[in-house]
Amino acid sequence: MEMDVVYQKSAGLEDVEFHYCPGCTHGIIHKLIAEVLVELDLIGDTIGVAPVGCAVFAYDYFTCDMHEAAHGRAPAVATGIKRALPDKTVFTYQGDGDLAAIGTAEIVHAAMRGEKITTIFVNNTNYGMTGGQMAPTTLIGQKVTTAPLGRSKEHYGSPIKVSEMLATIEGAAYIERVSVHNMAGIIRAKKAIKKAFQLQQEGAGFTLIEVLSTCPTNWGLTPNDALNWLQDNMIPVFPLGVYRDITAEDK
Amino acid sequence: MAKELWKGNEAMAEAAIRAGLKCYFGYPITPQSEIPEYFSLHLPEHGGVFLQAESEIAAINMVYGAAGSGVRTMTSSSSPGISLKQEGISYIAGSELPCVILNVMRGGPGLGTIQPAQGDYFQATRGGGNGDYRVIVLAPANVQEATDLMRLAFDLADKYRMPAMILADGMIGQMMEPVEWPDEPTPEPIAKPWATTGTKGERRHNIINSLFMEPEACARHNEKLDQKYRTVAANETRFELIGDEEPEILFAAFGTPSRLARAAGKILEEEDGIKTAVFRPISLWPYPYDALYDAINQESVKAVVTVELNTGQMLDDVKIANQGSKPISFIGKAGGMIPTPREIAVAAKEALGRK
Amino acid sequence: MAYNEIIFSGFGGQGVMAMGQTLAETGMREGLNVSWLPSYGPEMRGGTANCSVVVADSEIISPTVSEPTILVAMNQPSLAKFSANVRPGGHIFVNSSVVDEKVERDDVTVHYVDSGKIAAELGNDRVANMVMLGAVVGATQLMDLKAVQKMMSEIFTGKKAKLVQLNVDAIQRGADSVS
Repeated sequence: MEMDVVYQKSAGLEDVEFHYCPGCTHGIIHKLIAEVLVELDLIGDTIGVAPVGCAVFAYDYFTCDMHEAAHGRAPAVATGIKRALPDKTVFTYQGDGDLAAIGTAEIVHAAMRGEKITTIFVNNTNYGMTGGQMAPTTLIGQKVTTAPLGRSKEHYGSPIKVSEMLATIEGAAYIERVSVHNMAGIIRAKKAIKKAFQLQQEGAGFTLIEVLSTCPTNWGLTPNDALNWLQDNMIPVFPLGVYRDITAEDK
Repeated sequence: MAKELWKGNEAMAEAAIRAGLKCYFGYPITPQSEIPEYFSLHLPEHGGVFLQAESEIAAINMVYGAAGSGVRTMTSSSSPGISLKQEGISYIAGSELPCVILNVMRGGPGLGTIQPAQGDYFQATRGGGNGDYRVIVLAPANVQEATDLMRLAFDLADKYRMPAMILADGMIGQMMEPVEWPDEPTPEPIAKPWATTGTKGERRHNIINSLFMEPEACARHNEKLDQKYRTVAANETRFELIGDEEPEILFAAFGTPSRLARAAGKILEEEDGIKTAVFRPISLWPYPYDALYDAINQESVKAVVTVELNTGQMLDDVKIANQGSKPISFIGKAGGMIPTPREIAVAAKEALGRK
Repeated sequence: MAYNEIIFSGFGGQGVMAMGQTLAETGMREGLNVSWLPSYGPEMRGGTANCSVVVADSEIISPTVSEPTILVAMNQPSLAKFSANVRPGGHIFVNSSVVDEKVERDDVTVHYVDSGKIAAELGNDRVANMVMLGAVVGATQLMDLKAVQKMMSEIFTGKKAKLVQLNVDAIQRGADSVS
């Protein structure tokens, strides 16, 4: 019997199983990046930089060349790659501990230099890989293993808003916060990722897409409840939207 | 080629450009800031990239990225800055990437002083980062040699796919001496099929990585690295032995202090008729243990005197080479002070039991 | 030719680094072996600065100089710091425009050079260092004075070319002052 292929895995992804927990949205984000790179015909000219954190094995999943960075240093590694190979497309894939804690200096200065790279910043409000410790993005009152009674504002301050912060930097060409908790969000996220890579191609400057993502395992929720929790708790603190777009300013 | 008077720091930078350096990443620190300054002007003239990073940590990670992309790349710093780079050096070694790291040493620990020292010998030769890895370490004793070793460092790094370090003291960086540039063209880049340059859809993806979650895989990786390091140790030791053919005193010193030891030898010869020689390792890793053992075990040698700008670090390697055969003493100063040849001569006489 | 170990020392801004560099550069061009080692750090910006220069027709062993054959002391602290270490038979050049003190040694040759006054006569206080260098080369015959003078047209080029003759004259006056 003949069958038509109506859907298949992106050619930008290796034919291997992801290690991510059931219900985690990292897989969706990987898929969006891979699809965009294939659609833009960039996958053969792309070097991706994987972080330390849940996405540490991302190098096994994308079919493009990959470089594994030390914790927080992905923007510096990507800078080295892009400066050596300015015609290639370079992206980093980083979590909130990697980017917003240990790697703060590297991301800020990559943005300041207008480094022509794209950062996919996955915000799930905790250190997932190491078992759910507090991240700079952990919400006030959110229980994590290193703040078991909930994050206290008095003790730790308030969650850092990376997109808002980086949007103040002139070298940033495009900064948007999206979410993958529902279909509309996923469609919007793909558009944002595509725009970021297109702007990189045009040499516009630094681009970052912050993606709100779930962590059912460490949040202690079912996949569905985690999606709802993201919508009800994260989006009010991390509002979705475009925070910087130099192409809009041109108009 | 005519001789030209060059400051050590600038000469080493120029030598790197002549060796085909494509990308330099660094951060200012005394006494090596002439190096990034020189590159900022001259590397772009040769089609290369100079970038001042936000930190030493970022700089070494930029080197990590550029090395993975297959170009000749380097960073430079001085002692406290080299400490910050150790994590990156471990990753670069673990990922089997070639790069050059230049340390123009100053006194420590901590912020220490900006004056010349050799207190980073342990860090350079034993590894300041985590894990079982090695870095080729070359120590010049004059400006001409510093330029020659720069080229060699790039060649060895590429050949063995591992970091190579030039370990210079602050004097090498700051002093001026004549340099004669070898009449050889900049080498053509060698093929690096492992580099992340984009698959072009024509091959499977290359991955630059030092992570092996399965212990069996990580053990295999370590064994492979160890095999490589054994090959390097067998093939790449370098040293110089200068002085009397039948010395009573054998000095052991690297870098500029080897010249202080030679000056001490001149005093001993002229004033006391004591014959001396200086054993100078040029490669600090791999260390020329066998050659030093042979030098020590010349029948004429009565005592070994190690001279360093620290409180006794290479001394450990001299003891390993010595295998308990002859008495060893040490003279050195740390923290930016330099022993005079006369002080060294006095220490040598004491080692012989003479006043 | 002997193995010459020289210390140039003075305040930052007196041009002691340039004296040493000029001598090293000229020596190299004259086919001699040379090295130039500066003290470095904050003293470059106002404190005491010195450099060690070795000029020899044999191989240079150490670039450091602890027992100089020639000391050039442009100020009093330099003379106090280094004069006792000068080797017997050596030379001490004292910048008598700034230093009143006399050297209490009879085993060295001491030259008092009024470099500031000579420079002022030439119309530019800043060439006192080249007056001093002229005195050093003139008195010790380290190398050909004309070669040092010729270096001036290598050092002062472009907009600064007009300074060549002034510096050539300064070197000559320095040499004449000790002849």
